[in-house]
Amino acid sequence: MHHSIEIEQLYYSYPDGHQALRGVSLHVEPCEKVALVGPNGAGKSTLILHLNGILNGRGQVRVAGLPVVKENLGKIRARVGMVFQNPDDQLFSPTVYDDVAFGPIYQGLPQEEVRQRVEKALAVVNMSDYLQRVSHHLSVGEKKRIAIATVLSMDPEILILDEPTAGLDPRARRSLMKLLENLDITMLVSSHDMLMVRELFPRMVIMDDGCIVADGPTQELMADEALLNAHGLEKP
Amino acid sequence: MHVHFLDPYRPGSSPIHQLDARVKLILTLAYILTAALTPIGAWPVYILLLAWAVTIEILSELGVGFVLRRAALALPFVLAALPVIFTAPGAALIHLPIGPWILTITLPGVERFISIALKSWISVQMAIVLAATTSFPDLLTAMRAIKVPRLLVAIFGLMWRYLFVLVDEALRLMRARLSRSGESDRPDLKAGGALIWRAKVAGGMAGSLFLRAIERSDRIYMAMVARGYDGEVRAAPLPRLSRRDWLTLWLCLGLLLALLTSAALF
Repeated sequence: MHHSIEIEQLYYSYPDGHQALRGVSLHVEPCEKVALVGPNGAGKSTLILHLNGILNGRGQVRVAGLPVVKENLGKIRARVGMVFQNPDDQLFSPTVYDDVAFGPIYQGLPQEEVRQRVEKALAVVNMSDYLQRVSHHLSVGEKKRIAIATVLSMDPEILILDEPTAGLDPRARRSLMKLLENLDITMLVSSHDMLMVRELFPRMVIMDDGCIVADGPTQELMADEALLNAHGLEKP
Repeated sequence: MHVHFLDPYRPGSSPIHQLDARVKLILTLAYILTAALTPIGAWPVYILLLAWAVTIEILSELGVGFVLRRAALALPFVLAALPVIFTAPGAALIHLPIGPWILTITLPGVERFISIALKSWISVQMAIVLAATTSFPDLLTAMRAIKVPRLLVAIFGLMWRYLFVLVDEALRLMRARLSRSGESDRPDLKAGGALIWRAKVAGGMAGSLFLRAIERSDRIYMAMVARGYDGEVRAAPLPRLSRRDWLTLWLCLGLLLALLTSAALF
């Protein structure tokens, strides 16, 4: 049995010399739901970008049982569904169908199977009616759901989301949370939305200045107001 | 993730960096004009012009190597001048038979080609020094000072400001695509997709980038209007040129004129 995400002593500096990760170690079990919190610039997004090999730091990263090295990147990207903060970055095709179908078509699945995958993924996010809509004209909440569908259609083993509730109105936020709650899959979610973290994620990891400063049950960490304040967070 | 590599400006405190941007812009334009007007085959003048360029490069503390590497970017454009080798009338050097045709390389043709190549190469070096020692806002001020239409200067400024935003956006799009470009575990499937499909995806990306640029320009315009923009570009008055800047300006212009006259005389 492998851990879904195993990171050992990961260091990364940006080309301009800024050290973004200073020895991060993190293990996530299959089907575990983990929240990643911390102030802006703590290194959350940088860490996330290591999980499918977009960035390559010094240290060991294994995802879904595979070491993140060049030969495995294709397989890893099929197993890791990464949803970026801005859904506009993720939706680059003319229609919703084309966008959700991108992953499966790229993998070379036969046409009929692609269609089934797209329909299933859109059904999971409750957007089945949007098949032929133009992504460009959707609301932020709708785009967010479609963005999640674009990775669900790849049947990923791990779902990684960067700020999923940022910029959503209360209703869109609530329905997105319900969606995340019902997905039975390994999840690593970076967020500033402490209420959502408390509601959905049993485990919480706090990052600050490129390090993991706390890792434990969400309830315990949330009760420690001094810890939250020390890292620019607020008790919900 | 931000893009900085596009910005040609290299901060520094050399005499060339400190020279007023207006003086630098005028002198660069005058230098390029001089190089362009120098007759074909005026080799001594070319050498003097090159010596001038190298002097400026050394004074600017950018390093001659840096400028020469950048200047190599202009080499492909020299190819546009290649046909003159064959078309200029004069004494034939070599006949190249290509199928039923015979291309004749002429001596004046070669001379003209080398002249054009040299002239564009040294002109580009000067433009590179200008861009590397002057920050873009200063360059815009200089353009305004030499009466480039204000609207045009404003457009250059906005373009510069949002070019980086657009490039960042394109990079994020490509990153998101890369994240979903996976390989299935099933051995019978080949990842990558058909060429036409990939071209369609790339077309979609370019299209959405274009749409977003238009939408962004709308938002920028509204933000400008909200702060009182009425279509007229206003700018702070320009500071006066110091006596040293004037002196440099006239001295160099005089030198360039002298070079040009001597080239015309010989």
